[in-house]
Amino acid sequence: MNRYTLAVLVRNQFGVLNRLTSMFRRRQFNISSITASETESGEYSRITFSFDGEENGKVQLVNQLYKLPDVCSIKELTANNSLSCELMLIKLKNDPATRDEIHAAAEAFKAETIDYTKDSIVLRVIGNSAKMDDFISHMRDHTILEICRTGTASIEKGSATLRQNLNL
Amino acid sequence: MQLCGADILVKTLIEQGCDTVFGYPGGQILNVYDSLYKYQNEINHVLTAHEQGAAHAADGYARTTGKVGVVISTSGPGATNLVTGIATAYLDSIPMVAICGNVPTTQIGTDSFQEIDITGVTLPITKHNYFVSDVADLADTIREAFRLAKSGRPGPVLIDVPKDVQIAKCEYEEQPPVEKDDPFAAKNVRIEEAAKLINSAKRPFIYFGGGVITGDAQNEVLTLAEKIDAPIGCSLMGLSAIPTDHPRFLGMQGMHGHYASSMSMHNADVIISLGVRFNDRVTGNRTKFAMGAKIVHVDVDGSELNKTVNSVCGLRGDVKLTLQKLLPMLNAEAKPTWMETVAAFRVEEESYLDNREGLTPRRAILTVNKYLGENTAVCTDVGQHQMWSAQNLKFRTARRFASSGGLGTMGYGFGAAIGAAYGTGERSVLITGDGSFGMNLNELATAVRYNVPVVVVIMNNGVLGMVRQWQTLFYDKHYSNSVLERKTDFAAFAKSFGADGEAVTSPEELDAALGRAFAYEGPYIIDCKIDKDEFVLPMLPPGGSMDDIITKLEVEL
Repeated sequence: MNRYTLAVLVRNQFGVLNRLTSMFRRRQFNISSITASETESGEYSRITFSFDGEENGKVQLVNQLYKLPDVCSIKELTANNSLSCELMLIKLKNDPATRDEIHAAAEAFKAETIDYTKDSIVLRVIGNSAKMDDFISHMRDHTILEICRTGTASIEKGSATLRQNLNL
Repeated sequence: MQLCGADILVKTLIEQGCDTVFGYPGGQILNVYDSLYKYQNEINHVLTAHEQGAAHAADGYARTTGKVGVVISTSGPGATNLVTGIATAYLDSIPMVAICGNVPTTQIGTDSFQEIDITGVTLPITKHNYFVSDVADLADTIREAFRLAKSGRPGPVLIDVPKDVQIAKCEYEEQPPVEKDDPFAAKNVRIEEAAKLINSAKRPFIYFGGGVITGDAQNEVLTLAEKIDAPIGCSLMGLSAIPTDHPRFLGMQGMHGHYASSMSMHNADVIISLGVRFNDRVTGNRTKFAMGAKIVHVDVDGSELNKTVNSVCGLRGDVKLTLQKLLPMLNAEAKPTWMETVAAFRVEEESYLDNREGLTPRRAILTVNKYLGENTAVCTDVGQHQMWSAQNLKFRTARRFASSGGLGTMGYGFGAAIGAAYGTGERSVLITGDGSFGMNLNELATAVRYNVPVVVVIMNNGVLGMVRQWQTLFYDKHYSNSVLERKTDFAAFAKSFGADGEAVTSPEELDAALGRAFAYEGPYIIDCKIDKDEFVLPMLPPGGSMDDIITKLEVEL
């Protein structure tokens, strides 16, 4: 099983995210992360998602996506051709016994403390998904109160853009 | 000119070349029906007994004409009643536009009376759907829906129009009918690869489906077969594209396909598949399917390539244009050894034919054949009668067979036969079973009201025959809920609805009854009594391969 990241430019229409996720669900594609946002143009939204599966599954997924009239452009993003990053907010129990260890780990991961009370610490971590996973596994030794991750944002290296190959 | 949304809707349908629509009125679509009243000289509306019947009628109309079928319903239950009809069209790639009313936009999302999120409900069974929230978008939305419905791989598109949008006014300007997107041939490099593979074939087999009818490519298919000396088979959806008595045509193949067709495909070294999707009813066990063959696959929908069966050469493109480019690259070569093998399969198939006396299913269909004109559309429901029809009907003209292939919708046939009669302007034939017919027999009221000439032949065995066949073969003859034990007198039923009908028990009686039916003005029902333990043969057991084919009934009944 491989992880693939696909960036999809869609018409910025009401319910468009639902059209994509409905297709993923009914064809049982295994989507592990999804982000949707507005773009440089009001006409389009950008949806980035990760898919776990085999090569032929990915080809089928891309073909099915192209059949949705709202899909304008699709690009597969790989570690070589793109830059990816994710943001995580993690809330931990503020316990005097473990406070120093948390701070040491946060420093090593360049995590920033953005909220601090006598009962809790909220850290902000930015980086690739593997880094988030590592940080979470370190924090499992302590008491995690809450985690919120944005999902991966990915963009191609260089001057190429998704809008350059619109499929209209 | 300033018009209200309802007028714009009807004017745009007329502008798009739509002359007949099927539907059923209700509270949230009343404004559109008022406009249909206003423009009744330009557009004909057929009122059915149930919205499902209307959707199937639009489907039957689309299959027989190649045009976009249009169905109109109100909100809520009217809209949900369309669902099976839309799904049927979706699975068989039939161009359709479904228009539903809805509660005013101000009430959307408040669970108003007869409010349903029909765009949500139909998301997985439409090519696309629209919720129109502004009357200014209405005409262009309908135009885009028509374009989408008929472009590429056709399919149904739904438009949900809230009542206030039907009332609101805006400027309307008539436009010419939208053209479908320009068809494109597959890439040259892929066509060259395909040509190389086909030129190397010793035992080529052409296997085509509904895409050849949609793409109007039957002549190219025949030219291809002649040039490379190949036999031709098809899926259920491909039936009628090639005349049944064409010497190269071996008929349908798959679970209940013709023996020679299935065997030739199984023994081919190159299978040229055109506008088909290798459904499980065709392939059986996919790991054992045509193991010795390399598959060339042409389809306008790229997602069909390598979806269920891996092809060596997948060509995404219009089948007609792609074949036109491919044909000059092929070597004309006779393959006498292969044709001898195919001929031997045909001889073997002859020996399996059911030649029993009496009113057997095969004799019944062969008798119907005598009455079919070149332009007569035959529709079926789903089950044993559908397979007997597919195996034994004599097809002469493309688009003169309509059957629910992908979804397998029992109850499809009557609505479709009404739509087909409108589509062809001629008498249509419905071959059905007592189970299927029971699902939507209410549409007899429609056929009577509009005096639609539909000859209904009910293969009446008192059981759900296909279910019974599986229960006999795979469920230890536990006939769980498949014995109907009804007391319906179909001839009396026909008369009570204002039609006519009769029951028959022999081929001679059937012949005479068909003579009366084809002379009758309006719908006519023939209740054709057959035995409850008739089988559809041959049969490839589900998940089986050609080694498991059942050609003769050896079950103790």
